[in-house]
Amino acid sequence: MNKDVLIRLNGISKAFDGETVLDNMSLEIHDKEFITLLGPSGCGKTTTLRIIGGFETPDAGDVFFDGKRINDLPPYKRQVNTVFQRYALFPHLNVFDNIAFGLRLHKCPDAEIKTKVKEMLSLVNLKGFERRRVSTLSGGQQQRVAIARALVNQPKVLLLDEPLSALDLKLRKDMQNELKNIQHQTGITFIYVTHDQEEALSMSDTVVVMENGHVQQIGSPTDIYNEPVNAFVADFIGESNIVDGVMLEDRRAKFAGHVFDCVDGGFDRNEPVDVVIRPEDVDVVAPDKGMLCGLVTGVTFRGVHYEIIVDVAGFKWMIQTTDYVAEGETIGLSIDPDAIHIMRKSEFSGMFGDYSSFSDELDKLSDVTEEVEEE
Amino acid sequence: MKKRSVFERIAAAPHLLWSAIFIIAPLLFVVYFAFTDREGNFTFENILSLSSYSHTFLMSIGFSLIATAVCFLIGYPLAYCMARMSEKTRNILMIMLMLPMWISLLIRTYSLMALLDNGGIISTFLTSLGFEKLTFIGTDAAVILGMIYDFLPYMVLPIYTTMTKLDRKYLEAAADLGCNNRQTLFRVILPLSMPGVISGVTMVFVPSISTFYISQKLGGGSFDLLGDTIERQFKNAITYHTGAAISLVMMILILISLAVMNKFSDSEEDIIV
Repeated sequence: MNKDVLIRLNGISKAFDGETVLDNMSLEIHDKEFITLLGPSGCGKTTTLRIIGGFETPDAGDVFFDGKRINDLPPYKRQVNTVFQRYALFPHLNVFDNIAFGLRLHKCPDAEIKTKVKEMLSLVNLKGFERRRVSTLSGGQQQRVAIARALVNQPKVLLLDEPLSALDLKLRKDMQNELKNIQHQTGITFIYVTHDQEEALSMSDTVVVMENGHVQQIGSPTDIYNEPVNAFVADFIGESNIVDGVMLEDRRAKFAGHVFDCVDGGFDRNEPVDVVIRPEDVDVVAPDKGMLCGLVTGVTFRGVHYEIIVDVAGFKWMIQTTDYVAEGETIGLSIDPDAIHIMRKSEFSGMFGDYSSFSDELDKLSDVTEEVEEE
Repeated sequence: MKKRSVFERIAAAPHLLWSAIFIIAPLLFVVYFAFTDREGNFTFENILSLSSYSHTFLMSIGFSLIATAVCFLIGYPLAYCMARMSEKTRNILMIMLMLPMWISLLIRTYSLMALLDNGGIISTFLTSLGFEKLTFIGTDAAVILGMIYDFLPYMVLPIYTTMTKLDRKYLEAAADLGCNNRQTLFRVILPLSMPGVISGVTMVFVPSISTFYISQKLGGGSFDLLGDTIERQFKNAITYHTGAAISLVMMILILISLAVMNKFSDSEEDIIV
């Protein structure tokens, strides 16, 4: 991958009506990469995208594009195009004219427009849709027209603002693959905004996890999943048990009343830490063979596996296992050294990673479904 | 078709009765008079005699077109700016625009007369500045000004409504694809606000072409627009038939222009949604 920095955000801050959305945020985006801004709603990801697109001006900080400061450059002069969340296709134009919109503005000759639009339509699998009105298209088709309308201008960067959020699950999966293919074929830098961690992990070269107007972690999807830097990232990406622990020495951590071998080092002696254990990395064994012992308080069938909640000395763990265990059973838990990930304490410590409220929530949910069935 | 409930029928009855008495019946009378002579015999004579009024028709259409065009040129930018202002300024402007509409058309026209009259406010002011004595009343311009003044709000309001409904996302999409402000206006805002423009044009053109009051007061009696001609025919019992014929032809002209405009807007029908 080409590692040239294409876009650099430097200490960006932005507030709306006194509410800080971005707080001294910095980020580098490399040429030709598929980068995803991931975070819960309100974390500042869409604002970041809109600042890159030119729809918002930062209160402080600079935006550089190809080394040039572009803070005050209006959107129409930027070499980026956007696929909007709600498509924003022009209702007064048909599919062809929507896609040709940017080309016509740039005084492209008619013959060229025709070939380019045709190419785009076949790229997004909408051959023969030229004369259709946009209002007659399904959500997925409109989405693809929006992508074609942006891509046809051959931007340096394509900004995508939760483009798949309005589509149903099946279509979303198809479109994820399609987008990934399109990015490979065109070699355009994609900056993708989503709150869906699965989408981010499966599509991106680089994932930027955001919260509270800051970047929490930047890395490849596997890094983000396997080596989260703090409790927020660990909890937001996938399911995690996050336990208070103490790092006794390199490669030895104590948590849940037991000393474990692990693979992490570089901490102070007896430094308090957050310990992350993914639910799928815990093995269920006989009570006398486990490192930890706990009582099963909840079992949910998830198709591929069972999701069980285990009470270990008052802390509820979530464990995914393919073997059935019954509620009320006492089981042993075994954790391999490489399944243990140690994180430094952060502002998010203690906020996430305990599943004690989880089973209650499930109970409430099942109550609701029963009520619905009764009606 | 769905069968209507008894309640629906009863609820619709007053309106149907109203329409029958005050809309359908008068129209039938107009058609009847237009095609009969004084003895009540069927004739095309009234319609055929209208060729002598061709000048009136042309002048009325011309004046109304000019008034409509000027209303559009003033009203569109006004509506565009209003839709972009803060809620507070917007409301103040809206009240200023609506205020004249709460006052009777007669009074408004009279006050315009007071302004434009020979020796009226404007001419006194201008002569005091050393200008030569100017005549406003009785000119084409005065009549057209009257139409513009009286009907401008009807142009602004529907355009303003479509403008406020116009989703910002379209403007952002246009800017994103390379439109500067001027291009955004002509390529996106204008086509998307077409439904408002069409109803504005209709609401100015139709009353302009049929007005008689404005031309009488501001035209200084020297103007004979369609409305005046019709009024004059109906004041005189003998010429009912010609009056009805002119009314009928004017109505047909208006219907044709409405149909043309609807055709225009048909292709844009789903814009506001």
